Amino acid sequence: MTDTLSTAVSHELDENALLEAYRTMRTIRAFEERLHDEFATGEIPGFVHLYAGEEASATGVCAHLDGRDSIASTHRGHGHCIAKGVDVKAMMAEIYGKKTGSCHGKGGSMHIADLSKGMLGANGIVGGGPPLICGTALAAKQRGTGGVGVAFFGDGASNQGTTLESLNLASVWNLPAIFVAENNGYAEATSSSWSVAADNIADRAAGFGMPGVIVDGFDFFAVHEAAGEAVQRAREGGGPTLIEVKFTRYFGHFEGDQQTYRAKEVAEARAKLDCLKRFRARVTETGQVDAARLDAIDTQVADLIDAAVEEAKAAPKPTAADLETDVYVSY
Amino acid sequence: MARTISYREALNEALAQEMERDESVIVLGEDNAGGAGSPGEDDAWGGVLGVTKGLYHRFPGRVLDTPISESAFVGAAIGAATRGLRPVAELMFIDFMGVCFDQIFNQAAKFRYMFGGKAETPVVIRTMYGAGLRAAAQHSQALYPIFTHIPGLKVVVPSSPYEAKGLMIQSIRDSDPVIFCEHKAMYDTTGDVPEDSYTIPFGEANVVRDGDDVTVVAIGRMVSVAEEAARELSTSGIEVEIIDPRTTSPLDEETILESVENTGRLVVVDEATPRCNLATDISALVAKEAFGSLRAPIEMVTAPHTPVPFSDALEDLYIPDAQRVANAVKSVAGWTR
Repeated sequence: MTDTLSTAVSHELDENALLEAYRTMRTIRAFEERLHDEFATGEIPGFVHLYAGEEASATGVCAHLDGRDSIASTHRGHGHCIAKGVDVKAMMAEIYGKKTGSCHGKGGSMHIADLSKGMLGANGIVGGGPPLICGTALAAKQRGTGGVGVAFFGDGASNQGTTLESLNLASVWNLPAIFVAENNGYAEATSSSWSVAADNIADRAAGFGMPGVIVDGFDFFAVHEAAGEAVQRAREGGGPTLIEVKFTRYFGHFEGDQQTYRAKEVAEARAKLDCLKRFRARVTETGQVDAARLDAIDTQVADLIDAAVEEAKAAPKPTAADLETDVYVSY
Repeated sequence: MARTISYREALNEALAQEMERDESVIVLGEDNAGGAGSPGEDDAWGGVLGVTKGLYHRFPGRVLDTPISESAFVGAAIGAATRGLRPVAELMFIDFMGVCFDQIFNQAAKFRYMFGGKAETPVVIRTMYGAGLRAAAQHSQALYPIFTHIPGLKVVVPSSPYEAKGLMIQSIRDSDPVIFCEHKAMYDTTGDVPEDSYTIPFGEANVVRDGDDVTVVAIGRMVSVAEEAARELSTSGIEVEIIDPRTTSPLDEETILESVENTGRLVVVDEATPRCNLATDISALVAKEAFGSLRAPIEMVTAPHTPVPFSDALEDLYIPDAQRVANAVKSVAGWTR
């Protein structure tokens, strides 16, 4: 049975939690918008896939996670990294291919990871993450840590065998796992309304014996509530959950994608549907947070991103001595 | 008549000419048209790097977009090939073979042998390989040696637009499973390509350049790297014979051996990582079959035994370049016991 949560309430969030959530979402947005601009200058190498517009998902889910928990991400992984606490400056340096980066310049945008934060990496392989999360959830269960594993994946990956096998395995083993299907409407240039042969990805949960939930991805509170229930169930031994977060991808599949397949829809989405605007309106209208405090975060985040870019540009590149290190622990 | 077109255009033309000639040829893959189910343009991409662009409208119903489900659609191409179609499936990046390898190496490759010669599986799996685009560890590998290792697969690694077109047409007409490896940094490379349809037979190497001093066997994009080195070496009096095998399976052993019997010296240039790659394979062949002709140890110029690094500073060191090839050639040319 699939439930839809669209008018969620979130009673447990105090002012500090709200400010932290806003800071995370604003950081992701500023990080991605800055990359969009910097990529256009030609200074950023390789393929970059931006998460802008989807901030409520990573933030709403990761707000429930702590050091025991691990996540796996996608090629569109910057938001998950930031929400799980990966250092923003090290991320920026990584994207610039610098030695000071999260992966010393060896990984790049598609492979940013920080195992110390429980972040198992952005991933260049569609559907690469869900099996790994069965493993991290198994480790948490066997070791009795109380930890959970969260696999973020896209609508494209929802059609991969690895994902479907993982959903089944997680149920069979009753794993503390949460599968977050981020349906942003497009796998590359292909609409999920075409590629997903069901009304909703979450409908597939029934076939794997787990609860399936659909949430409005522009509503932080809806994501937060659904994720809270799923994480609690997982921690208590109640098994996995599939959450489908629906929203619209703001930018192209990759930077440089002309998006001739979508046209006007993009601009409309960006004007009307914005998790940050909705969050701000809600918390200021209810009087939970003073707008000035949100403005202050905007400024702090802008300064952080400026500094991150400046430091990344100035940082040294790896050298020949780094080429053949890190392949094995010992050999 | 030949005109100058790109590697991408040569492939597109080969696909179009074969689809025109034989209606059993179909094309399928992720965004091979692009824009399925979307409100905007149809055929928005023509594949992620545009190789199949335009085929969707020209051949209605014969260019199929797929969900991101490599096992299913590569397997479907293989199954369809056993039942009268000649599918050309695009496995976007060769790195994604990891997702669907069973369908290729346990299914397609083995059908003919394990069914006692009764099966034909005329499928082509097009795939992009190679480093140079800062595409990092999971989008940059040169994995053609892995396919070459598997009996039952034919493996094509075209080094120029001319090779790309003739080998693609041959691949589509061939009745075995063919892994067609396109270097992603070569799509804009241009060269003279006949407008008319033509084929290049498998297992026939191309002697790209004649020379009596050192034999250089180079694979795929490494052919142009070897040519660059050869031009420089020629100015210092070393004449290199460059051999492009064009297909790594079947491999034209005879042309390689004949050349080494003449030069007595061999350098193999392979973008793949150094263990169990084409460089080791060809070196072993020559060491076994032409040992008496060798006048110097064989040199292999390959990537290091590492994943492909992201940073440009490291990736540029990772990819074999003309300087490394030239150094290897000088080393074997100047070797004395």
